[in-house]
Amino acid sequence: MTDAPLLKVRDISKFYGARIGCKNVSFDLWPGEVLAVVGESGSGKTTLLNCLATRLMPSSGAVEYRMRDGEMRELSRMSEAERRFLMRTDWGFVHQNPADGLRMAVSAGANVGERLMAVGERHYGNIRETAGNWLGRVEISVDRIDDQPRAFSGGMRQRLQIARNLVTSPRLIFMDEPTGGLDVSVQARLLDLLRGLVQDLGLSAIIVTHDLAVARLLSHRMMVMKDGVVIEQGLTDRVLDDPREAYTQLLVSSILQV
Amino acid sequence: MPTPLVVSEVAKSFTMHLRDGIRLPVMSNVAFSVKAGECVVLGGPSGIGKSSLLKMVYGNYAVDSGQILIEHGGRLLDLATADPRTILSVRRATLGYVSQFLRTVPRVAAVDVVAEPLLGRGTAAAEAREIAEAMLARLNLPRELWQLPPATFSGGEQQRVNIARGFITDHRILLLDEPTASLDAKNRAVVVSMIEEKKAAGVALLGIFHDEDVREKVADRIVDVSAFSPRKAAA
Repeated sequence: MTDAPLLKVRDISKFYGARIGCKNVSFDLWPGEVLAVVGESGSGKTTLLNCLATRLMPSSGAVEYRMRDGEMRELSRMSEAERRFLMRTDWGFVHQNPADGLRMAVSAGANVGERLMAVGERHYGNIRETAGNWLGRVEISVDRIDDQPRAFSGGMRQRLQIARNLVTSPRLIFMDEPTGGLDVSVQARLLDLLRGLVQDLGLSAIIVTHDLAVARLLSHRMMVMKDGVVIEQGLTDRVLDDPREAYTQLLVSSILQV
Repeated sequence: MPTPLVVSEVAKSFTMHLRDGIRLPVMSNVAFSVKAGECVVLGGPSGIGKSSLLKMVYGNYAVDSGQILIEHGGRLLDLATADPRTILSVRRATLGYVSQFLRTVPRVAAVDVVAEPLLGRGTAAAEAREIAEAMLARLNLPRELWQLPPATFSGGEQQRVNIARGFITDHRILLLDEPTASLDAKNRAVVVSMIEEKKAAGVALLGIFHDEDVREKVADRIVDVSAFSPRKAAA
Protein backbone atom coordinates (compact mmCIF):
# COMPACT_ATOMS: atom_id res chain seq x y z
CA MET A 1 0.00 0.00 0.00
CA THR A 2 1.56 3.24 -1.12
CA ASP A 3 0.23 6.28 0.59
CA ALA A 4 -0.40 8.51 -2.39
CA PRO A 5 -3.59 9.75 -4.03
CA LEU A 6 -4.97 7.87 -7.01
CA LEU A 7 -6.48 10.96 -8.57
CA LYS A 8 -5.45 14.60 -8.18
CA VAL A 9 -7.94 17.14 -9.41
CA ARG A 10 -6.85 20.78 -9.62
CA ASP A 11 -9.10 23.73 -10.50
CA ILE A 12 -11.28 21.94 -12.99
CA SER A 13 -13.68 24.30 -14.76
CA LYS A 14 -16.01 23.72 -17.65
CA PHE A 15 -17.87 26.53 -19.38
CA TYR A 16 -20.60 26.11 -21.95
CA GLY A 17 -20.21 29.47 -23.67
CA ALA A 18 -20.85 31.98 -20.91
CA ARG A 19 -22.67 29.43 -18.77
CA ILE A 20 -20.83 27.67 -15.96
CA GLY A 21 -20.84 23.88 -15.95
CA CYS A 22 -18.49 23.55 -13.00
CA LYS A 23 -15.90 25.94 -11.63
CA ASN A 24 -12.56 25.56 -9.86
CA VAL A 25 -13.12 22.10 -8.41
CA SER A 26 -10.09 20.59 -6.65
CA PHE A 27 -9.73 17.43 -4.57
CA ASP A 28 -7.63 14.31 -4.10
CA LEU A 29 -9.07 10.81 -4.21
CA TRP A 30 -7.21 8.08 -2.31
CA PRO A 31 -7.10 4.35 -3.00
CA GLY A 32 -10.14 2.62 -1.49
CA GLU A 33 -11.97 5.88 -0.99
CA VAL A 34 -15.53 6.51 -2.12
CA LEU A 35 -16.45 10.13 -2.81
CA ALA A 36 -20.05 11.20 -3.29
CA VAL A 37 -20.86 14.33 -5.27
CA VAL A 38 -24.32 15.59 -4.36
CA GLY A 39 -26.49 18.51 -5.39
CA GLU A 40 -29.73 19.05 -7.25
CA SER A 41 -30.07 18.69 -11.00
CA GLY A 42 -28.19 21.41 -12.82
CA SER A 43 -25.65 21.83 -10.05
CA GLY A 44 -22.81 20.68 -12.31
CA LYS A 45 -22.12 17.31 -10.74
CA THR A 46 -22.48 15.28 -13.93
CA THR A 47 -20.41 17.83 -15.87
CA LEU A 48 -17.68 17.43 -13.27
CA LEU A 49 -17.86 13.63 -13.48
CA ASN A 50 -17.60 13.71 -17.25
CA CYS A 51 -14.60 16.05 -17.10
CA LEU A 52 -12.84 13.70 -14.68
CA ALA A 53 -13.60 10.61 -16.73
CA THR A 54 -12.34 12.33 -19.91
CA ARG A 55 -15.78 12.15 -21.49
CA LEU A 56 -15.71 15.95 -21.65
CA MET A 57 -12.73 18.23 -22.15
CA PRO A 58 -12.50 20.68 -19.23
CA SER A 59 -12.07 24.36 -20.13
CA SER A 60 -9.23 24.66 -17.62
CA GLY A 61 -7.57 22.77 -14.81
CA ALA A 62 -5.74 19.47 -14.59
CA VAL A 63 -6.54 15.89 -13.59
CA GLU A 64 -3.66 13.60 -12.72
CA TYR A 65 -4.03 9.84 -12.35
CA ARG A 66 -1.60 7.43 -10.75
CA MET A 67 -0.94 4.59 -13.21
CA ARG A 68 -0.37 1.02 -12.07
CA ASP A 69 3.39 1.57 -12.27
CA GLY A 70 3.03 4.43 -9.76
CA GLU A 71 3.64 7.24 -12.22
CA MET A 72 1.30 10.28 -12.05
CA ARG A 73 0.04 11.14 -15.54
CA GLU A 74 -1.96 14.16 -16.54
CA LEU A 75 -4.99 12.95 -18.46
CA SER A 76 -5.10 15.80 -20.96
CA ARG A 77 -1.51 15.03 -21.98
CA MET A 78 -2.28 11.41 -22.84
CA SER A 79 -3.00 10.31 -26.36
CA GLU A 80 -6.56 9.40 -27.26
CA ALA A 81 -5.52 5.74 -27.52
CA GLU A 82 -4.00 5.77 -24.02
CA ARG A 83 -7.11 7.34 -22.55
CA ARG A 84 -9.32 4.76 -24.24
CA PHE A 85 -7.18 1.95 -22.92
CA LEU A 86 -7.40 3.38 -19.39
CA MET A 87 -11.18 3.65 -19.72
CA ARG A 88 -11.44 0.03 -20.84
CA THR A 89 -9.16 -1.49 -18.25
CA ASP A 90 -8.32 0.56 -15.17
CA TRP A 91 -11.54 2.53 -15.01
CA GLY A 92 -15.24 1.83 -15.11
CA PHE A 93 -18.15 4.13 -15.83
CA VAL A 94 -21.63 3.20 -14.64
CA HIS A 95 -24.31 5.24 -16.38
CA GLN A 96 -27.67 6.13 -14.89
CA ASN A 97 -29.37 4.54 -17.87
CA PRO A 98 -27.94 1.04 -18.36
CA ALA A 99 -28.71 1.26 -22.07
CA ASP A 100 -25.92 3.88 -22.32
CA GLY A 101 -23.37 1.51 -20.84
CA LEU A 102 -24.46 -1.81 -22.34
CA ARG A 103 -24.76 -3.17 -25.83
CA MET A 104 -28.43 -4.00 -25.87
CA ALA A 105 -28.39 -6.29 -28.89
CA VAL A 106 -25.69 -8.72 -27.73
CA SER A 107 -25.99 -11.31 -24.99
CA ALA A 108 -25.35 -10.65 -21.29
CA GLY A 109 -22.30 -12.90 -21.43
CA ALA A 110 -20.89 -11.01 -24.39
CA ASN A 111 -21.47 -7.69 -22.64
CA VAL A 112 -19.24 -8.83 -19.79
CA GLY A 113 -16.82 -10.77 -22.01
CA GLU A 114 -16.21 -7.86 -24.35
CA ARG A 115 -14.30 -5.92 -21.69
CA LEU A 116 -12.16 -9.00 -21.02
CA MET A 117 -11.31 -9.30 -24.70
CA ALA A 118 -10.31 -5.64 -24.66
CA VAL A 119 -7.58 -6.51 -22.16
CA GLY A 120 -6.32 -9.38 -24.29
CA GLU A 121 -8.23 -12.44 -23.07
CA ARG A 122 -8.86 -14.70 -26.08
CA HIS A 123 -9.83 -18.12 -24.74
CA TYR A 124 -13.59 -18.53 -25.27
CA GLY A 125 -14.06 -20.99 -22.41
CA ASN A 126 -12.26 -18.73 -19.92
CA ILE A 127 -14.19 -15.68 -21.01
CA ARG A 128 -17.50 -17.48 -20.69
CA GLU A 129 -16.58 -18.85 -17.30
CA THR A 130 -15.47 -15.48 -15.94
CA ALA A 131 -18.57 -13.82 -17.39
CA GLY A 132 -20.71 -16.49 -15.70
CA ASN A 133 -18.96 -15.87 -12.36
CA TRP A 134 -19.60 -12.18 -12.58
CA LEU A 135 -23.26 -12.67 -13.42
CA GLY A 136 -23.45 -14.73 -10.23
CA ARG A 137 -21.74 -12.02 -8.20
CA VAL A 138 -24.28 -9.45 -9.33
CA GLU A 139 -27.07 -11.94 -8.66
CA ILE A 140 -28.10 -12.64 -12.24
CA SER A 141 -28.90 -16.30 -12.77
CA VAL A 142 -26.26 -17.91 -14.99
CA ASP A 143 -28.93 -19.45 -17.22
CA ARG A 144 -29.61 -15.92 -18.49
CA ILE A 145 -26.07 -15.64 -19.91
CA ASP A 146 -27.22 -15.94 -23.53
CA ASP A 147 -30.13 -13.52 -23.19
CA GLN A 148 -29.89 -9.95 -24.41
CA PRO A 149 -30.18 -7.13 -21.83
CA ARG A 150 -33.30 -6.02 -23.71
CA ALA A 151 -35.03 -8.95 -22.05
CA PHE A 152 -33.84 -7.83 -18.56
CA SER A 153 -35.63 -5.67 -16.01
CA GLY A 154 -34.18 -2.24 -15.11
CA GLY A 155 -32.53 -3.55 -11.95
CA MET A 156 -30.99 -6.53 -13.76
CA ARG A 157 -29.66 -4.28 -16.52
CA GLN A 158 -28.03 -2.04 -13.92
CA ARG A 159 -26.41 -5.04 -12.24
CA LEU A 160 -25.21 -6.29 -15.62
CA GLN A 161 -23.68 -2.90 -16.33
CA ILE A 162 -21.83 -3.13 -13.03
CA ALA A 163 -20.53 -6.62 -13.84
CA ARG A 164 -19.36 -5.38 -17.25
CA ASN A 165 -17.45 -2.59 -15.55
CA LEU A 166 -15.86 -4.62 -12.79
CA VAL A 167 -14.76 -7.69 -14.75
CA THR A 168 -11.39 -6.16 -15.65
CA SER A 169 -10.62 -5.37 -11.97
CA PRO A 170 -10.57 -1.61 -12.42
CA ARG A 171 -9.10 0.62 -9.72
CA LEU A 172 -11.46 3.54 -10.21
CA ILE A 173 -15.18 3.59 -10.94
CA PHE A 174 -17.26 6.59 -11.93
CA MET A 175 -20.97 6.31 -11.28
CA ASP A 176 -23.67 8.68 -12.43
CA GLU A 177 -26.85 8.22 -10.37
CA PRO A 178 -26.41 4.42 -10.29
CA THR A 179 -29.68 3.85 -8.44
CA GLY A 180 -31.76 6.52 -10.19
CA GLY A 181 -34.97 5.25 -11.71
CA LEU A 182 -35.04 1.98 -9.75
CA ASP A 183 -37.76 1.17 -7.26
CA VAL A 184 -36.72 1.00 -3.61
CA SER A 185 -36.38 -2.75 -3.09
CA VAL A 186 -34.28 -3.04 -6.26
CA GLN A 187 -32.31 -0.01 -5.11
CA ALA A 188 -31.57 -1.59 -1.72
CA ARG A 189 -30.28 -4.72 -3.40
CA LEU A 190 -28.05 -2.74 -5.74
CA LEU A 191 -26.70 -0.57 -2.91
CA ASP A 192 -25.89 -3.61 -0.84
CA LEU A 193 -24.14 -5.15 -3.83
CA LEU A 194 -22.13 -2.00 -4.57
CA ARG A 195 -21.17 -1.62 -0.93
CA GLY A 196 -19.90 -5.18 -0.78
CA LEU A 197 -17.99 -4.95 -4.06
CA VAL A 198 -16.34 -1.66 -3.18
CA GLN A 199 -15.26 -3.11 0.17
CA ASP A 200 -14.07 -6.49 -1.13
CA LEU A 201 -12.21 -5.11 -4.13
CA GLY A 202 -10.80 -2.02 -2.42
CA LEU A 203 -12.12 0.15 -5.26
CA SER A 204 -11.99 3.90 -5.39
CA ALA A 205 -15.19 5.43 -6.63
CA ILE A 206 -16.73 8.78 -7.45
CA ILE A 207 -20.51 8.63 -7.24
CA VAL A 208 -22.76 11.38 -8.47
CA THR A 209 -26.15 11.25 -6.81
CA HIS A 210 -28.95 13.52 -5.70
CA ASP A 211 -29.97 10.95 -3.11
CA LEU A 212 -28.36 11.75 0.25
CA ALA A 213 -29.26 8.33 1.66
CA VAL A 214 -27.26 6.68 -1.13
CA ALA A 215 -24.35 9.00 -0.36
CA ARG A 216 -24.53 8.13 3.35
CA LEU A 217 -24.55 4.42 2.69
CA LEU A 218 -21.79 4.26 0.11
CA SER A 219 -19.38 7.13 0.57
CA HIS A 220 -16.62 8.10 2.97
CA ARG A 221 -16.42 11.68 1.86
CA MET A 222 -18.89 14.04 0.29
CA MET A 223 -18.86 17.18 -1.87
CA VAL A 224 -21.94 19.37 -2.14
CA MET A 225 -22.29 21.32 -5.39
CA LYS A 226 -24.47 24.28 -6.22
CA ASP A 227 -24.39 26.37 -9.40
CA GLY A 228 -21.25 24.60 -10.57
CA VAL A 229 -19.25 25.29 -7.41
CA VAL A 230 -18.34 22.99 -4.50
CA ILE A 231 -19.87 24.78 -1.51
CA GLU A 232 -19.14 22.25 1.21
CA GLN A 233 -17.09 19.09 1.56
CA GLY A 234 -15.90 16.70 4.22
CA LEU A 235 -16.56 13.47 6.02
CA THR A 236 -19.93 12.15 4.80
CA ASP A 237 -21.55 11.74 8.20
CA ARG A 238 -20.35 15.16 9.32
CA VAL A 239 -21.69 16.95 6.24
CA LEU A 240 -25.04 15.22 6.69
CA ASP A 241 -25.34 15.52 10.49
CA ASP A 242 -23.70 18.91 10.97
CA PRO A 243 -24.14 20.79 7.67
CA ARG A 244 -22.66 24.29 7.70
CA GLU A 245 -23.81 25.96 4.50
CA ALA A 246 -27.34 27.26 4.05
CA TYR A 247 -27.86 25.19 0.93
CA THR A 248 -26.61 21.96 2.53
CA GLN A 249 -28.87 22.56 5.52
CA LEU A 250 -31.78 22.98 3.12
CA LEU A 251 -30.87 19.76 1.29
CA VAL A 252 -30.54 17.76 4.50
CA SER A 253 -33.76 19.14 5.96
CA SER A 254 -35.60 18.26 2.76
CA ILE A 255 -35.04 14.49 3.14
CA LEU A 256 -38.29 12.62 3.59
CA GLN A 257 -38.38 10.52 6.74
CA VAL A 258 -40.01 7.12 6.63
CA MET B 1 1.52 5.89 28.91
CA PRO B 2 -0.17 9.07 27.60
CA THR B 3 -3.81 9.82 28.36
CA PRO B 4 -5.84 8.37 25.45
CA LEU B 5 -8.33 11.26 25.23
CA VAL B 6 -7.84 14.89 26.19
CA VAL B 7 -10.44 17.52 25.31
CA SER B 8 -9.56 21.17 25.94
CA GLU B 9 -11.04 24.61 25.21
CA VAL B 10 -13.60 23.14 22.82
CA ALA B 11 -16.43 25.40 21.66
CA LYS B 12 -19.32 24.56 19.38
CA SER B 13 -22.27 26.44 17.94
CA PHE B 14 -24.86 25.74 15.29
CA THR B 15 -25.77 28.36 12.69
CA MET B 16 -29.32 27.79 11.52
CA HIS B 17 -29.44 29.27 8.05
CA LEU B 18 -33.03 28.22 7.58
CA ARG B 19 -33.99 30.30 10.64
CA ASP B 20 -32.53 33.62 9.45
CA GLY B 21 -29.02 32.51 10.29
CA ILE B 22 -29.44 32.55 14.06
CA ARG B 23 -26.44 31.22 15.90
CA LEU B 24 -27.04 28.78 18.72
CA PRO B 25 -24.08 28.44 21.05
CA VAL B 26 -24.05 24.85 22.26
CA MET B 27 -20.90 24.58 24.30
CA SER B 28 -17.82 26.47 25.29
CA ASN B 29 -14.68 25.84 27.28
CA VAL B 30 -15.15 22.10 27.27
CA ALA B 31 -12.23 20.51 29.08
CA PHE B 32 -11.85 16.98 30.43
CA SER B 33 -9.79 13.88 29.86
CA VAL B 34 -10.25 10.13 30.05
CA LYS B 35 -7.47 7.89 31.29
CA ALA B 36 -6.81 4.32 30.20
CA GLY B 37 -9.02 1.92 32.16
CA GLU B 38 -11.32 4.69 33.30
CA CYS B 39 -15.04 5.15 32.61
CA VAL B 40 -16.06 8.80 32.59
CA VAL B 41 -19.78 9.50 32.51
CA LEU B 42 -21.24 12.70 31.05
CA GLY B 43 -23.88 14.07 33.43
CA GLY B 44 -26.48 16.82 33.35
CA PRO B 45 -30.14 17.21 32.42
CA SER B 46 -31.36 16.09 29.02
CA GLY B 47 -31.02 18.64 26.24
CA ILE B 48 -27.84 20.05 27.79
CA GLY B 49 -25.71 18.62 24.95
CA LYS B 50 -24.31 15.32 26.19
CA SER B 51 -24.93 13.48 22.92
CA SER B 52 -23.64 16.46 20.94
CA LEU B 53 -20.43 16.33 22.95
CA LEU B 54 -19.99 12.62 22.19
CA LYS B 55 -20.57 13.35 18.50
CA MET B 56 -17.88 16.04 18.59
CA VAL B 57 -15.40 13.64 20.12
CA TYR B 58 -16.26 11.10 17.42
CA GLY B 59 -15.73 13.70 14.69
CA ASN B 60 -19.35 13.48 13.62
CA TYR B 61 -19.96 17.12 14.58
CA ALA B 62 -17.38 19.76 13.73
CA VAL B 63 -16.12 21.99 16.53
CA ASP B 64 -15.57 25.75 16.21
CA SER B 65 -12.34 25.80 18.22
CA GLY B 66 -10.31 23.85 20.73
CA GLN B 67 -8.49 20.52 20.68
CA ILE B 68 -9.56 16.90 20.87
CA LEU B 69 -6.30 15.06 21.37
CA ILE B 70 -6.25 11.34 20.74
CA GLU B 71 -3.43 8.86 20.88
CA HIS B 72 -3.57 7.03 17.57
CA GLY B 73 -0.97 4.67 16.15
CA GLY B 74 1.67 5.72 18.67
CA ARG B 75 1.29 9.45 18.15
CA LEU B 76 -0.93 12.22 19.38
CA LEU B 77 -3.28 13.88 16.93
CA ASP B 78 -5.93 16.56 17.08
CA LEU B 79 -9.26 15.23 15.89
CA ALA B 80 -10.72 18.75 15.86
CA THR B 81 -8.60 19.68 12.85
CA ALA B 82 -7.96 16.25 11.28
CA ASP B 83 -8.91 15.62 7.65
CA PRO B 84 -11.65 13.09 6.77
CA ARG B 85 -9.17 10.33 5.91
CA THR B 86 -7.45 10.65 9.26
CA ILE B 87 -10.76 10.63 11.14
CA LEU B 88 -11.82 7.45 9.32
CA SER B 89 -8.54 5.78 10.16
CA VAL B 90 -8.86 6.81 13.83
CA ARG B 91 -12.39 5.35 13.89
CA ARG B 92 -11.21 2.13 12.30
CA ALA B 93 -8.34 1.56 14.71
CA THR B 94 -8.68 3.63 17.88
CA LEU B 95 -12.04 5.25 18.49
CA GLY B 96 -15.21 3.19 18.78
CA TYR B 97 -18.77 4.46 19.19
CA VAL B 98 -22.02 2.83 20.26
CA SER B 99 -24.76 5.14 19.08
CA GLN B 100 -28.18 5.40 20.64
CA PHE B 101 -29.86 3.96 17.58
CA LEU B 102 -28.66 1.46 15.04
CA ARG B 103 -28.48 2.78 11.49
CA THR B 104 -29.38 -0.33 9.57
CA VAL B 105 -28.12 -1.18 6.13
CA PRO B 106 -30.67 -2.91 3.94
CA ARG B 107 -30.22 -6.65 3.49
CA VAL B 108 -27.17 -7.06 5.76
CA ALA B 109 -27.60 -9.80 8.40
CA ALA B 110 -27.22 -8.92 12.08
CA VAL B 111 -24.15 -11.12 12.45
CA ASP B 112 -22.44 -9.34 9.55
CA VAL B 113 -23.35 -5.92 10.95
CA VAL B 114 -21.54 -6.97 14.13
CA ALA B 115 -18.55 -8.54 12.35
CA GLU B 116 -17.96 -5.59 10.01
CA PRO B 117 -15.57 -3.55 12.24
CA LEU B 118 -13.31 -6.61 12.55
CA LEU B 119 -13.25 -7.12 8.78
CA GLY B 120 -12.23 -3.47 8.40
CA ARG B 121 -9.25 -4.26 10.62
CA GLY B 122 -8.18 -7.26 8.56
CA THR B 123 -9.62 -10.18 10.54
CA ALA B 124 -10.53 -13.16 8.34
CA ALA B 125 -14.25 -13.38 7.53
CA ALA B 126 -14.88 -16.76 9.19
CA GLU B 127 -13.12 -15.76 12.40
CA ALA B 128 -14.89 -12.39 12.52
CA ARG B 129 -18.25 -14.13 12.16
CA GLU B 130 -17.44 -16.55 14.92
CA ILE B 131 -16.54 -13.74 17.32
CA ALA B 132 -19.67 -11.85 16.26
CA GLU B 133 -21.84 -14.88 17.00
CA ALA B 134 -20.28 -15.24 20.43
CA MET B 135 -21.04 -11.57 21.16
CA LEU B 136 -24.67 -11.93 20.08
CA ALA B 137 -25.04 -15.11 22.14
CA ARG B 138 -23.64 -13.35 25.19
CA LEU B 139 -26.16 -10.54 24.74
CA ASN B 140 -28.96 -13.13 24.52
CA LEU B 141 -30.04 -12.23 21.01
CA PRO B 142 -32.12 -15.20 19.81
CA ARG B 143 -30.14 -17.35 17.38
CA GLU B 144 -33.00 -17.22 14.81
CA LEU B 145 -32.32 -13.51 14.36
CA TRP B 146 -28.61 -13.67 13.61
CA GLN B 147 -29.00 -14.18 9.87
CA LEU B 148 -31.73 -11.53 9.49
CA PRO B 149 -31.22 -7.83 8.74
CA PRO B 150 -31.92 -5.87 11.96
CA ALA B 151 -34.31 -3.35 10.34
CA THR B 152 -37.36 -5.20 11.66
CA PHE B 153 -35.93 -5.98 15.13
CA SER B 154 -37.38 -4.47 18.31
CA GLY B 155 -35.60 -1.52 19.94
CA GLY B 156 -33.88 -3.71 22.50
CA GLU B 157 -32.76 -6.23 19.88
CA GLN B 158 -31.33 -3.48 17.66
CA GLN B 159 -29.60 -1.98 20.67
CA ARG B 160 -27.90 -5.29 21.41
CA VAL B 161 -26.70 -5.62 17.81
CA ASN B 162 -25.34 -2.11 18.17
CA ILE B 163 -23.54 -2.93 21.42
CA ALA B 164 -22.06 -6.13 20.01
CA ARG B 165 -20.75 -4.17 17.03
CA GLY B 166 -19.24 -1.49 19.25
CA PHE B 167 -17.63 -3.86 21.73
CA ILE B 168 -16.26 -6.42 19.27
CA THR B 169 -12.95 -4.66 18.57
CA ASP B 170 -10.10 -3.74 20.90
CA HIS B 171 -10.37 0.01 20.25
CA ARG B 172 -8.50 1.98 22.94
CA ILE B 173 -11.28 4.53 23.31
CA LEU B 174 -14.98 3.71 23.37
CA LEU B 175 -17.85 6.22 23.31
CA LEU B 176 -21.20 4.98 24.61
CA ASP B 177 -24.45 6.86 24.02
CA GLU B 178 -27.00 5.30 26.39
CA PRO B 179 -26.15 1.72 25.50
CA THR B 180 -28.55 0.29 28.10
CA ALA B 181 -31.54 2.55 27.45
CA SER B 182 -33.86 -0.07 26.00
CA LEU B 183 -32.52 -3.21 27.68
CA ASP B 184 -34.04 -5.39 30.41
CA ALA B 185 -32.25 -6.03 33.72
CA LYS B 186 -30.59 -9.23 32.57
CA ASN B 187 -29.03 -7.67 29.49
CA ARG B 188 -28.13 -4.50 31.37
CA ALA B 189 -26.07 -6.70 33.66
CA VAL B 190 -24.32 -8.24 30.65
CA VAL B 191 -23.43 -4.78 29.34
CA VAL B 192 -22.15 -3.72 32.78
CA SER B 193 -19.82 -6.72 32.88
CA MET B 194 -18.68 -6.01 29.31
CA ILE B 195 -17.82 -2.46 30.37
CA GLU B 196 -15.91 -3.79 33.40
CA GLU B 197 -13.89 -6.04 31.08
CA LYS B 198 -13.05 -3.12 28.80
CA LYS B 199 -11.87 -1.13 31.80
CA ALA B 200 -9.72 -4.02 32.97
CA ALA B 201 -8.21 -4.19 29.48
CA GLY B 202 -7.18 -0.53 29.76
CA VAL B 203 -9.79 0.94 27.42
CA ALA B 204 -10.79 4.58 28.02
CA LEU B 205 -14.60 4.82 28.11
CA LEU B 206 -16.73 7.95 27.80
CA GLY B 207 -20.45 7.47 28.10
CA ILE B 208 -23.94 8.70 28.76
CA PHE B 209 -26.05 6.58 31.12
CA HIS B 210 -29.47 7.68 32.28
CA ASP B 211 -29.99 4.50 34.26
CA GLU B 212 -28.72 5.40 37.74
CA ASP B 213 -28.09 1.83 38.70
CA VAL B 214 -25.82 1.22 35.69
CA ARG B 215 -24.16 4.59 36.13
CA GLU B 216 -23.25 3.85 39.72
CA LYS B 217 -21.77 0.51 38.77
CA VAL B 218 -19.56 1.68 35.89
CA ALA B 219 -18.72 5.34 36.48
CA ASP B 220 -15.33 6.27 37.91
CA ARG B 221 -16.03 9.95 37.51
CA ILE B 222 -18.88 12.17 36.38
CA VAL B 223 -18.26 15.21 34.17
CA ASP B 224 -21.11 17.70 34.47
CA VAL B 225 -21.85 18.93 30.96
CA SER B 226 -23.98 21.84 32.20
CA ALA B 227 -20.74 23.49 33.27
CA PHE B 228 -19.89 23.87 29.55
CA SER B 229 -23.34 24.93 28.46
CA PRO B 230 -24.06 28.60 27.78
CA ARG B 231 -27.72 27.90 28.50
CA LYS B 232 -27.00 27.42 32.15
CA ALA B 233 -24.92 30.58 32.28
CA ALA B 234 -27.82 32.52 30.79
CA ALA B 235 -30.36 31.12 33.21
